[in-house]
Amino acid sequence: MDTVPSDNAVTAPSLPWRRVRRSRYVADRVLKIVCTLFTILGASVLGWILLMLLVEGVGGLSLAVFTETTPGPGTEGGGIANAIVGSLILTLLGIVVATPIGVLAGTYLAEYGRTSKLATAIRFVNDILLAAPSILIGLFVYLLMVEPMGAYSGWAGGVALAIIAVPVIVRSTEDMLRLVPGSLREAGAALGAPMATVIVKISWKAARAGMVTGVILATARIAGETAPLLFTALNNSFWFSPNLMGGVSNLPVTIYQFALAPYQNWRELAWAGALIITLSILALSVAARLLLRKDKAR
Amino acid sequence: MSTIAVSASSAIGHTAAADTGAPVRIAVRDLNFYYGDFRSLKNISMDFYDRQVTALIGPSGCGKSTLLRTFNRIYSLYPEQRAEGQILLDGHNVLSHDLDVNELRARVGMVFQKPTPFPMSIYDNIAFGIRLYERLPKSELDGRVEEALRKAALWDEVKDKLRQSGMGLSGGQQQRLCIARTIAQRPEVILLDEPTSALDPISTGKIEDLIEQLRSEFTIVIVTHNMQQAARISQFTAFMYLGELVEFGPTTRMFMNPSKKQTQDYITGRFG
Repeated sequence: MDTVPSDNAVTAPSLPWRRVRRSRYVADRVLKIVCTLFTILGASVLGWILLMLLVEGVGGLSLAVFTETTPGPGTEGGGIANAIVGSLILTLLGIVVATPIGVLAGTYLAEYGRTSKLATAIRFVNDILLAAPSILIGLFVYLLMVEPMGAYSGWAGGVALAIIAVPVIVRSTEDMLRLVPGSLREAGAALGAPMATVIVKISWKAARAGMVTGVILATARIAGETAPLLFTALNNSFWFSPNLMGGVSNLPVTIYQFALAPYQNWRELAWAGALIITLSILALSVAARLLLRKDKAR
Repeated sequence: MSTIAVSASSAIGHTAAADTGAPVRIAVRDLNFYYGDFRSLKNISMDFYDRQVTALIGPSGCGKSTLLRTFNRIYSLYPEQRAEGQILLDGHNVLSHDLDVNELRARVGMVFQKPTPFPMSIYDNIAFGIRLYERLPKSELDGRVEEALRKAALWDEVKDKLRQSGMGLSGGQQQRLCIARTIAQRPEVILLDEPTSALDPISTGKIEDLIEQLRSEFTIVIVTHNMQQAARISQFTAFMYLGELVEFGPTTRMFMNPSKKQTQDYITGRFG
């Protein structure tokens, strides 16, 4: 009884093959082809934009682009050096203001207020701010700073960019801190470390790469913002002066103004500016990815 | 306070004490524990003896880890958890709110189930706990780090790479790093929450040897799922079931001649 004849298994009736309907194979194929096609469509639009930027932008690139200021109407040549420097300063100002606010708020959400009602409310408002049209933020800062102070200013531009960057940093900081295992916090607390020490020395350290990546991505995001600067920093056709009280030239607004201008050299400079800004953002995104990958490999 | 500890000693506690004569280090009295509304420890009273290893055994969910987590009040990180009753460490009630919880945790160290190296160098992992409560000159700190790593039987493996990240060690080494980190603080009590359940048999053996050595200095409480482990390394064993302490006594008696049928059934593998 306990030995099963082995040839039994051979003679046992096997299940018929080809029970799967042919239409299933067809449906499978069709879905795969449709998905692939749309992926190619999406990617090629992106590729087209990049290609056009390269073709048109590289033609406009010259040493003068980086050394000369924006030309007046009807003058020959010129560059966008003042806009590049102005953009760097405004972006830096925005990120310097936004990083401490964003990191500390994100830390509150992830570490202190995990389940509190206040944290839930803040998270909700932050998500709205994350999706708010940037032109609204420009108008808000216009009413808040430009109108009372009576002038467009670099300070207002920096603040507007900071308001756009803060929710991005809050979100990424919270997400990255939530990835830190709770067991690590318990281990810190079990050694008698106060909560602040656990957060600063353990949680932040464990989430460091992700948090820095969030700040880099926020930088990339505000580097190309146009609408908030239209109402705040506006523009300036001269070299940056150390005074942020006046208008500050910047790449996005310069591109906006020059691209629509009736002068050939202005349009070429707009293309060159667009290429520079795109490549910078691309470089920032790649840097962020490399940083995260390096951290994962560690 | 200490008089309460002695006079309230439960009957179970007395029989256990008779065997070694070791003084009581931790006295638990009428301890109840709640996760929200759920009562997960029911009137636990028992004693833990100085420089002895006490093993807490029982099926999953019986409350053994919960009990362990009350000794350093680590549960209080979670607002919905609370403990009622008394846990007297050298006569001081650990659950009392005038007692500073961080100081308590420096005196009652804990090692977790999964190794938890901090994202910093091996040296800094060990120094982390020391730096919290002591300001030592560099040379002295170096000495303390080495001493802790030696006691945790890890020194020879890491002495040439103290500046490397603690995350790069193997699982067994990481767990010994965590034990070293705990003993570097010179605690009085060490709590071990299934410290070998994530490790291979060789690493487990090393940790068990280590526990045997640490017993000369520290009072040790260990939660384990592995009954052979409890039999091998502990002097006292407590069997818990559904949040209650079923039986507590010297390990040899608990395993050779348990007085409760439930204990016998669990130890012989009939349930759990």
